[in-house]
Amino acid sequence: MSGLVSEAPKEAAMQPAAEKPAAHRSLGRALLAEPKVVIAGGFVLLLVILALFAPYIAPKDPLEQDLMLGTLSPVGGSTYEPGYYLGTDDLGRDVLSRLIYGTRIALTVAFVAAGLAALIGTVLGLVAGWYGGWIDTVISRLVEIWMAFPPVLLSILLVAVFGSGVHSVIAAIVIIDWTRFCRVIRAETMAQARLDYVTAARTMGYPRLRILIREILPNVAPVLVALLSLEMGIAVIVEAILSFVGLSVSSDTPTWGGMIAQGRQIIYQGWWVLTFPLATLFATVLAFNLLGDGLRRALDPVLRR
Amino acid sequence: MSDLLLDISGLSAISLREGGNPILRDVSLSLKKGEVRGLVGESGAGKSTIAKALLGILPRTVKVTSGTMRFEGRDLLTMAPRDLSAIMGSDIALIPQDPQTALNPGRRIEAQLTDGLRLRRGMNARDAHARALQLLSEVHIRDPERVLKAYPHELSGGMRQRVMIAAAFSLEPKLVVADEPTTALDVTVQKQILRLIRGMQEAHGTAVIFVTHDLGVVAKICDSVTLLYGGKVIEAGPTADVLADPRHVYTKALIAAGPRYDRPDAGLEPVPQWVFDQLHQEIRTGAKEILHG
Repeated sequence: MSGLVSEAPKEAAMQPAAEKPAAHRSLGRALLAEPKVVIAGGFVLLLVILALFAPYIAPKDPLEQDLMLGTLSPVGGSTYEPGYYLGTDDLGRDVLSRLIYGTRIALTVAFVAAGLAALIGTVLGLVAGWYGGWIDTVISRLVEIWMAFPPVLLSILLVAVFGSGVHSVIAAIVIIDWTRFCRVIRAETMAQARLDYVTAARTMGYPRLRILIREILPNVAPVLVALLSLEMGIAVIVEAILSFVGLSVSSDTPTWGGMIAQGRQIIYQGWWVLTFPLATLFATVLAFNLLGDGLRRALDPVLRR
Repeated sequence: MSDLLLDISGLSAISLREGGNPILRDVSLSLKKGEVRGLVGESGAGKSTIAKALLGILPRTVKVTSGTMRFEGRDLLTMAPRDLSAIMGSDIALIPQDPQTALNPGRRIEAQLTDGLRLRRGMNARDAHARALQLLSEVHIRDPERVLKAYPHELSGGMRQRVMIAAAFSLEPKLVVADEPTTALDVTVQKQILRLIRGMQEAHGTAVIFVTHDLGVVAKICDSVTLLYGGKVIEAGPTADVLADPRHVYTKALIAAGPRYDRPDAGLEPVPQWVFDQLHQEIRTGAKEILHG
C-alpha cells in the first residue's frame, strides 16, 4: 500500500489551478470597495466632526435670540440676511448653527444608547441561544413580555419617571430596545449552533464558552453590526420624538426634534425652520441604515469577494 | 488483546422521538490499532449513530440503553465528562461528511487548524503555524501559506476536505472517525481523498472507522468491514473475505446490486423484496450476525 504515498505528489501536481485560493482582500479594502459604506460612512463621519467641533464650525451662537432678525429666509429668499445661511426661526436664532449643535445630542444618544442596548441584548441573546434550557426559557419569556409594551408610549413613560435629560433618553432606549438585539442574536446563535463546524469544535473537546466566543460570535458579528447601525438610526428617531414632545433635554439645548416641533408651529411663516432639521434627520437615519447594510456585506467573509 | 484499540460490545440505543424505536440492536465491533474498518449500511442502518456515539455527540433524542464502548480499555459511555473531553479531538478525531459546513465560515484556516495545537498541545503561535504548514503539505496542498490565510469559502470542496483531514490528524489521534467523507465531493475528487485518508492513516499508524454506504469505497480502502441493517450487524469480517464470499443473502444482493462499469448496458439489479422480508424476520427474532474467520 506504500505505493499510494509515493504516488501522491504527482497527484498534487495535477490539481487544477482553480483550487488555488482567491486573492485575498484586507478588511480595509473590502470596506472601501463597498459604495454604501463609503457614502453613508462619510456622512456619519461628517456628522461626528460637526458634533465634536460645533463651537468652531457653527457661524452663530445657537442660543442667541434677536427678535429683530426673526424668521429670516435662507440663502436666495426675499428676507435673507448675510451670515444666516439657512435662515432664522421666529426667535431670531440661526437655523444652521442650531442644526450643527443638535448633532451633538443626536449622535450621543445614537452611539451610547445603541451601544448599550447592543451589549445587553447580545450577551443575553448569545447565552439564551447557546445554552438553551431554562436560561433560554426565562430570557425568551422576558423578551416577549417586554415587547408587548408599545415602545413609544413606554419610552415617554420611562422619561416621565426618570425626569427629562439625555441620560433618561438613553436609559429609555436601552431599556426598550435591548430586546431587538436579544431576539435576533438568539435566533442567529441557534442557527449557527446547528452547523457542523460547531459540532466539529465540540468533537475537539473545546469548552462550551470558548466555542460560543471564538466560533459562533464571529459569525454572528455581521448581523450584530448591521443591527447596531440600524439601532443608531432608530435611537436618533426616538430622541427626536422625545424632544418633539418636550421630554428630552431642556428646551435651551438645540435638538432636531425640538426644532421640528418649533418649526411646525410657524410652518406658514417660515417653512425652513421645519424642513432643514427634518431633512437632516431623514438623511442621518438613512445613512445609518445604509451603513449597516454595507458593513454587513463588507464584514461577511462569504459575501466579501 | 493488547493491540485492541476499540471494543464495542452489545451496544443498543433507542430513539426517544419515535416512541422508543430501536436504532442500534446489540451491536458489537472491535478495532485493532492501525486498522481501517468500514461501517456500511443504507440510510437509517445506524452507522452514523455509532460514529456519533464514539465522538460523544449523540443527539438528545437518542438514548443508549445497554452495552459498552471501550476505548483502550475505558468505557466511553460511563466516563466522566472531563476525561471524555480530554480524549475527544486528542485521541479520537472526526473527518466530517460535509467540509462546506464543517469549517467555520468566519475564521481563517490558520486559526481553525492551530486551535487544537495551541489549546491541547500547548504550542505557541509560531510552532503551531509551522506544524500547520507541515500538515497542509502532508495532505498535498500547494501553496500552504496562502491556504492558511484563506477563508473556507475561498477553497474548493476538495481543498476544504484536505484541510479537514489535516485537522483530524493534527493531534496524532489513535482513532479517526470518517463520516462519509467523500459523499459531498465530486466523483473525480473522491478517489484522491480516499487515497489521501489511506495514506495518512498508514503514515501515522492511525485506526480509522470509515462510515459509508458505498461498498466500492470499502473494497478500496478498508481492511475489514461491518455491514449493518436496521441497527443490527448483519455480517462482519475482513473486507476481502466478505466481498469474495458473502454469507448473508443481503450482502450477496448488495454486491450484485452494484453498477458494473464493464457492462453499462446490463442495468442495475435492485435488492429483491424477499431479502428485506428475511432481514426484518431476523431482526425480530434476534438471529446472530455472520462473522468471517
